[in-house]
Amino acid sequence: MALGFFSRLKEGLSRSTQKLTQGLGAVFTRRKLDDAALEELEELLIGADLGTAVAARVIASFRRTRFGKEVTDTEIKSALAEEIAAILAPVARPLVIDPALKPHVVLVVGVNGTGKTTTIGKLAKTYQEQGLRPMLVAGDTFRAAAVEQLQVWGQRTGAPVASAPANSDAAGLAFDALARARAEDIDVLLVDTAGRLHNKAALMEELRKIIRVLKKQDPTAPHSVLLVLDATTGQNALQQVNVFKDMVDVTGLVVTKLDGSARGGIVVALAEEFAIPVHAVGVGEQAGDLRPFDPQEFARGLVGA
Amino acid sequence: MFEALSSKLSGVFDRLRTRGALNETDVMEALREVRLALLDADVALPVVRDFIAKVRDRAIGQEVIGSVSPGQQVVKIVNDVMIEALGGAGAEPLNLVAVPPVPILMVGLQGSGKTTTSGKLAMRLAKRDRKKVLLASLDTQRPAAQLQLQQLAERAGVASLPIVPGQTPLQIAARAMETARREVYDVVILDTAGRLSIDEALMDEVRQIRAATNPAETLLVVDAMTGQDAVNTAKAFNDAVGVTGIVLTRMDGDARGGAALSMRAITGAPIKLTGSGEKLDALEDFHPERVAGRILGMGDVVGLVEKASEVIDQEEAEKLARKMAKGTFDLDDFANQLKQITKMGSLSSILGMLPGAGKLKAQLGDANIDPKLLGRQAAIISSMTMKERRAPDIIKASRKKRIAAGAGVTVQDVNRLLKQFDDMSTMMKRMNKLGQKGLMRQGLGALMPQGRRPY
Ligand SMILES: Nc1nc2c(ncn2[C@@H]2O[C@H](COP(=O)(O)OP(=O)(O)O)[C@@H](O)[C@H]2O)c(=O)[nH]1
Ligand SMILES: Nc1nc2c(ncn2[C@@H]2O[C@H](COP(=O)(O)OP(=O)(O)O)[C@@H](O)[C@H]2O)c(=O)[nH]1
Ligand SMILES: [Mg+2]
Ligand SMILES: [Mg+2]
Repeated sequence: MALGFFSRLKEGLSRSTQKLTQGLGAVFTRRKLDDAALEELEELLIGADLGTAVAARVIASFRRTRFGKEVTDTEIKSALAEEIAAILAPVARPLVIDPALKPHVVLVVGVNGTGKTTTIGKLAKTYQEQGLRPMLVAGDTFRAAAVEQLQVWGQRTGAPVASAPANSDAAGLAFDALARARAEDIDVLLVDTAGRLHNKAALMEELRKIIRVLKKQDPTAPHSVLLVLDATTGQNALQQVNVFKDMVDVTGLVVTKLDGSARGGIVVALAEEFAIPVHAVGVGEQAGDLRPFDPQEFARGLVGA
Repeated sequence: MFEALSSKLSGVFDRLRTRGALNETDVMEALREVRLALLDADVALPVVRDFIAKVRDRAIGQEVIGSVSPGQQVVKIVNDVMIEALGGAGAEPLNLVAVPPVPILMVGLQGSGKTTTSGKLAMRLAKRDRKKVLLASLDTQRPAAQLQLQQLAERAGVASLPIVPGQTPLQIAARAMETARREVYDVVILDTAGRLSIDEALMDEVRQIRAATNPAETLLVVDAMTGQDAVNTAKAFNDAVGVTGIVLTRMDGDARGGAALSMRAITGAPIKLTGSGEKLDALEDFHPERVAGRILGMGDVVGLVEKASEVIDQEEAEKLARKMAKGTFDLDDFANQLKQITKMGSLSSILGMLPGAGKLKAQLGDANIDPKLLGRQAAIISSMTMKERRAPDIIKASRKKRIAAGAGVTVQDVNRLLKQFDDMSTMMKRMNKLGQKGLMRQGLGALMPQGRRPY
């Protein structure tokens, strides 16, 4: 037991000193940016989920300006981060709520388990703090205890929650909730939905029905359609965005779970391919763990700069 | 951007097909494409490297046997290595031989499907294996997580540990084991909160839970859509709690599922189960040979056949097959087929399951993968007379105009449908010539008229 503890401690120490010396070495050693170095950088990007095509493109444009230069690891990573931040800058746009709409209807969609309900909780807190009045709609009438989960978020943030019994029609609930929100002078209506895989046509059709029904009361609703993406997702995120965009006119993305080891590089590919705004990122499970999407910070995290 | 693996691979194979033997240059060239294909399928980079090395070692210098082309030879080696790397043929069962109550510990990232899989597993063990199962949620993090498991237990028809607010996960685990011993349960499934691989405190907590309960199985539940981070997750959980099996969820999606290979390679633990839906009966044993095809983009043919047999009207399908064989496939049959396709879900997700579908999908273009279009086509056919449907050749300009008006479409739409039917008949004839085996081996690509749109 004691032995195990000490050997673990030693191992841990040696690992961290190793990292430290590696880090120091990287700061001071200059290295020529040759093919091998560029290939390493390309693999770094692939390892962060940018995908092979996008990684190759980023490195190709990088090569044009910097090939053959003598650089330190730190310099090169900062420069690479800049390159990526430039791709992301145009999509970094906050979700702007128009209080004049009374309510601004936000429909939150995505595949299963990405963090839709949690993100709604976080948004509710944000709006509450801005002096707006949010209302939550427990539109996931399918998954076990999904309604109760959102109700807890309602309690935590002090926002009212519109709900219906399990397995009832989500579109009907959304319709009633919108009517209630209008009557109660609500500023933002945050509509939760059940998770659904984009390749299930019937479930995607259900989502369209929610939109159709909302439009009966307010032809301009929903005013925002947020697609919540899990940062651990790989290349399949491209299909997700493609289908959701076609089916329900997604207006922006929220990328969750960026507090983990996944670096969310797929966002770069999404920015290139679809140019859909990225509004915010989730960095934890608590109400305060939502941040604006900062391309600089995101890009630095991505390359480890 | 969405170019499927299959088309890339078949591109490589085409090139190789014309060459003589497996020399190093050929193999290396093919493997460069395989590397890209695996990365696009989300296999993690270090795992791809090892995989490629293995294929290279086996391929270089290998004799090309008999009538097989060098390309086919490499494909076979890639496929063989993939199946081996995924665990060899057949499924690996759960290991529940221990003194009851046997604990099963469920671990993984947030939202990966642990709770749902716990419910599915409980139902399977209770119904199929006649075990007395207790479900216990140790998730004190996510709102209503314990209630979620309780509701799933009710649906599965098994017991769940009463919820006592304020207890720590470790206390709940102890209470679950106590209850199970006292009330003589066979199996206790311990569902835990999601945790990030870099969250030291929570990783330590699950380490303690493991130490306290000594589970017979520690199942790492992973989303099939996971990207490169699979490596970190696999490593962190394996180091902390010693993973004994992997569950891949959301296999009902259209992700290539390269995470399967990453997970297996990093942990060395077998993939035991897959989740293919949100309902409690959507739990299946893992079949390496099927998933190999999926990762390599050669299509999950078995899966397709199973899915098809679930929804397709058997009699109708047999009738169609007979007509195809006889070459008497007419527009009525075509309409029937469209109906079946609509029933099975979107055309693109079906195509994803077929070998060589990447190429086909690309040639189809976006416009054709549209459920609305299928509806329009059905409408066109239904505006035709019986005679026209049997013998489409008689449909000339004036008939086309009438049909178009009847279906509310343009004459061009009618032309397009007729052309599609024509191509389809050509494809049928080729399919018959090729036979079932040829189709499996060469994929849909073999049916494609060169340089023409098939539909
Ligand atoms: N670490 C972390 N966990 C998150 C984040 N967002 C959501 N989660 C967790 O992910 C899981 C699924 O979230 P949920 O909101 O229920 O997903 P939904 O199925 O899309 O509604 C829960 O355990 C959440 O606590 C995040 O930004 N970081
Ligand atoms: N489509 C699909 N959804 C699944 C599967 N397994 C779980 N889910 C869904 O994924 C979401 C998160 O699952 P949950 O069990 O709560 O994950 P946990 O946070 O790991 O406990 C829920 O909406 C589930 O219904 C699966 O195999 N296929
Ligand atoms: Mg939810
Ligand atoms: Mg859970």
